[in-house]
Amino acid sequence: MSVELGHFALVLALALAIVQAVVPFAGARLGSQTLMRVGEPAAVTGLALVVGAFAALVAAYVQSDFSVLNVWENSHSAKPLLFKITGTWGNHEGSMLLWVMILSFFGGLAAVFGRNLPPTLKANVLAVQGLIASAFLLFILLTSNPFTRLEPAPIEGRDLNPILQDIGLAVHPPLLYLGYVGFSISFAFAIAALIDGRVDAAWARWVRPWTLAAWAFLTGGIAMGSYWAYYELGWGGFWFWDPVENASFMPWLAGTALLHSAIVMEKRSALKIWTVLLAILTFSLSLLGTFLVRSGVLTSVHAFASDPTRGVFILAILVFFIGGALTLFAFRGAALAPGGLFHPISREGALVLNNLLLTTAAATVLVGTLYPLLIEALTGDKISVGAPFFNLTFVPLFLPLLTAVPFGPMLSWKRGDLLGAAQRLQAAFLIAAAGGLAAYFITDRASAFAALGMVLGFWLILGALTDLALKSGIGKAASSVALRRLIGLPLSVFGTALAHAGLGLTVLGIVGVTALEKEQILTMRPSEVTGIGDYSLHFEAVRPVTGPNYTEEQAVFTIYAGGVARGEIISAKRLYTARGMPTTEAGIRTFGLSQLYVSIGDSTADGGLVVRIWWKPLVILIWLGALVMMTGGAVSLLDRRLRVGAPARRRSAPVPAAEKA
Amino acid sequence: MRKRVLSCVFLLALAFAGPAAAVEPDEVLSDPALEARARELSAELRCMVCQNQSIDDSEAELARDLRLLVRERIKAGDSDEDVRNYIVSRYGEFVLLKPRFSVRNALLWATPVVVLAGGGLLVILSLRRRSARHAAPLSVEEEAALKDILKK
Repeated sequence: MSVELGHFALVLALALAIVQAVVPFAGARLGSQTLMRVGEPAAVTGLALVVGAFAALVAAYVQSDFSVLNVWENSHSAKPLLFKITGTWGNHEGSMLLWVMILSFFGGLAAVFGRNLPPTLKANVLAVQGLIASAFLLFILLTSNPFTRLEPAPIEGRDLNPILQDIGLAVHPPLLYLGYVGFSISFAFAIAALIDGRVDAAWARWVRPWTLAAWAFLTGGIAMGSYWAYYELGWGGFWFWDPVENASFMPWLAGTALLHSAIVMEKRSALKIWTVLLAILTFSLSLLGTFLVRSGVLTSVHAFASDPTRGVFILAILVFFIGGALTLFAFRGAALAPGGLFHPISREGALVLNNLLLTTAAATVLVGTLYPLLIEALTGDKISVGAPFFNLTFVPLFLPLLTAVPFGPMLSWKRGDLLGAAQRLQAAFLIAAAGGLAAYFITDRASAFAALGMVLGFWLILGALTDLALKSGIGKAASSVALRRLIGLPLSVFGTALAHAGLGLTVLGIVGVTALEKEQILTMRPSEVTGIGDYSLHFEAVRPVTGPNYTEEQAVFTIYAGGVARGEIISAKRLYTARGMPTTEAGIRTFGLSQLYVSIGDSTADGGLVVRIWWKPLVILIWLGALVMMTGGAVSLLDRRLRVGAPARRRSAPVPAAEKA
Repeated sequence: MRKRVLSCVFLLALAFAGPAAAVEPDEVLSDPALEARARELSAELRCMVCQNQSIDDSEAELARDLRLLVRERIKAGDSDEDVRNYIVSRYGEFVLLKPRFSVRNALLWATPVVVLAGGGLLVILSLRRRSARHAAPLSVEEEAALKDILKK
């Protein structure tokens, strides 16, 4: 019964979304306050309906109601409760429902928190949100209905893919979608601005918190996905340049650029046209990512062609929104008045450089991801674009970008002093260089590349600290005064420093694990010992263990450092009985910021076990840095200036003197 | 196969999953320098039956054959380029994870350069145009209007 109610709620939500798309928009055109006010209750009620539908699906999963096709395909009665719940979105239909729920969530938030927006802007924003929601609700109801019943109901389900039976499924997709879909608000604002034909600093101020929130979620989502892949895949890679990863990375790159250009727009009212375009592009990339992942086109163009219903539907949504937005932009974009002037060497200039490099990076990932599809569709030839291509093109783009980061906040608006900024960063540079040099000798001159990379990481972190120190006058004013000033700094200054320092931490982690990783691949028999780095591993035994819905063979190792036992590491091969599917469960032990990673392979004929051991120095920093970036975003969001919203508009715009005469 | 696992994890593009394993102990060459070269080359070669995964990361049977083949060629004294050419001659360009510079791949390789240069040029031009426009001296009418205001 609740399943039918859920289905019905979804249909109702579609009807309401259409109302939300049409009525407020018409109200804004006709200047009718009554019609415009429909947007708010429509968005909030729509959210309640989608949440209701989602809850109905979760309930079906929790109850193991195998009369629902989707539950039967993806669940099992013996599955632990957490995985029954998270399994709701561990499949195509459920994850699309999660997607739409988060879209409605942002729509509801915009309705509730947008009370201080000008009525027409708010009406248009909600209308655009409603339009996106209608398209995706229609997609779910027509091609991916999670509420389809099965008659007769099977006695047992087919179980969730074992890879997904992990805490990661509880965290990663919701975070990722909060980021992905969160950019729909920036998109809606951009469209609304184009319809209105005006954008100003106030617009940027309204858009920034939404962009910031989406960006912080996306950062967390990508990092969580990376960590999940790292421990689940059994060999400790943290980024693969796989199309599905690229699908989430492109909106991140564009979103990061948007975040920065919106600052210029808010503070200096420059880069208006560009910021609006970027808001459109960022969400377009989110839509593209959804298409790539959901249509099956990545597996092969032919697989896509053989069952194109879903793919073509999303493609149509994609073309409609991206094409429509860009067309609107083409007609209206040029009418947006350009803003303040600036010298190339200035805060604005630095942010433009940031945008240029990030956009190039996003374009590179986009073309690299789509090129094999393009070539296959055009010529039938198959080519591959993988990690070696992306590493080769990405590093030269990111090196100047990262090097320039600490300069940005040091330059003043309009016209900056590069030499002065360099002088103020002198100490940071010297300490970073010394740090890199120290790292070089500590690692026995293992890698000059690593040392240089470390300099870059330290440079980012120290640059961020220098900014805080200079803004609070540490070293210049008396320490009590400086401390008071530091506490009094706007939270967004801390946000910037945290985000930039987090980036530095991630760089340190990537450099550390890429250049200084140690690896051992060998066959071991119980009671044998092998060394890696400063540690040695003693292979104790293999023991069988039975879990709730799996059986596993655990290989137990004792870790020794300098003759002292430092604990155990357990690595397992698991067999999920319902699907008869094996997985590897890597054994990971953290020492400081580094990890020891053990993964076991097949048994050999003579009673040995294939063992792969990695020493992954500083690897934790990769995700810790992302967490710090995310925190930076959150701290920035708490800034009073963003929360209060823009000051009330002046009743009449000041008229330039020349016109008055 | 491991890439398919990854697809599972990332964005839940559900796919079939299997246990992870790659280079086996019995494949490793005794000369560490040669082995290092083999590993580097393996990371650039695609496991053809997998989804966007190198032979160095894959446990597929075909990946193992290719790994052994790479090591054989290296032991026979081939240079890295020789090994690549040999593998491509047998399996086609699909096997290379880093596509070659060629007319067909021109757009791919040119993208970063063209976008960066084009974008940079656009930025410079628009900065120039705008500062030129703003720096233009006042017209006669503007001058008169200004005087008019100042007199008031």
